[in-house]
Amino acid sequence: MQGKMAIVGDGESITVFKAAGVAAFPAENSDAAKELVRKLAKEYAIIFITEEFSRLLESFLKRFDEEPYPVVLSVPSQKGTTGYGDELIKKAMERALGVDILF
Amino acid sequence: MARLNVNPTRMELKKLKVRLDTAKRGHKLLKDKSDEMVRRFSVIIKENKRLRDEVERELSETLKQFSIARSVTPAYQAETAFSMPSVAVVAECDTGSIMSVPVPVVSIVEQRRFEGLPYAYAEITGEADCSVERAAALIPKMVKLAEVEKTARLLAAEIERNKRRVNALEYVMIPQLEETIKYIKSKLDENERAAVIRLMKVKSKA
Repeated sequence: MQGKMAIVGDGESITVFKAAGVAAFPAENSDAAKELVRKLAKEYAIIFITEEFSRLLESFLKRFDEEPYPVVLSVPSQKGTTGYGDELIKKAMERALGVDILF
Repeated sequence: MARLNVNPTRMELKKLKVRLDTAKRGHKLLKDKSDEMVRRFSVIIKENKRLRDEVERELSETLKQFSIARSVTPAYQAETAFSMPSVAVVAECDTGSIMSVPVPVVSIVEQRRFEGLPYAYAEITGEADCSVERAAALIPKMVKLAEVEKTARLLAAEIERNKRRVNALEYVMIPQLEETIKYIKSKLDENERAAVIRLMKVKSKA
């Protein structure tokens, strides 16, 4: 199966990926981003979301945790990393093991 | 622990014994499964952390560089230059299985790219070229991270579910069955003793 890749984020951060060949979808606010992700989830296999949005959409993005596809990944935006990725790892770890073995 | 609501008969006893046997076997199997999943999970989560750190560092750098590069070009010009990607990245998406948990397996198959960058060199500064190149180079790594992180999350969910099953068997199902079996046994024994005594009494009267 071939899958396409998309990135959702604020306009500034995603332009460079557009040039690099990933379909880029700018969103102004988290509601718009949510709608976008909802639509993109049907078509794209891998969706990158900038941390600002994925943090706000946390409960919405949980629904993608049950199936292998689509893969939703939060990536740092232009403003730099906010540590949200580490938080997600930590959460998964605590869910599975009950303890923190990395941090 | 509450015992099950069954009639204290030999038939029930036999049935319950079979159920207890199955429950114990299931419990052992699930426990083994859980151990193995946790072992694999800890490997994956370490990999996840490593990749995440790498990607975050490189991506932040790339984006910073790009925003600097972009700031020297007029916005509309940059917008038009970058909005025509000549490259399409396509990923091969399969599903693998870790301990029968379906997980994504992604690999970049082709980066259709005819030579050079998707815009005229005159429009954009060299720094932007550089950051576009770096972003393109970063994509396989990001895809790998996406795969690993998703796998970790799927596995975490499965481990949690499995743990519940193990606990339900260990702390509810098995004690319940054991207690019920004990109850039926004592009831049957009592009936037997009562029968013997009754016979003895009948005999002594005659």
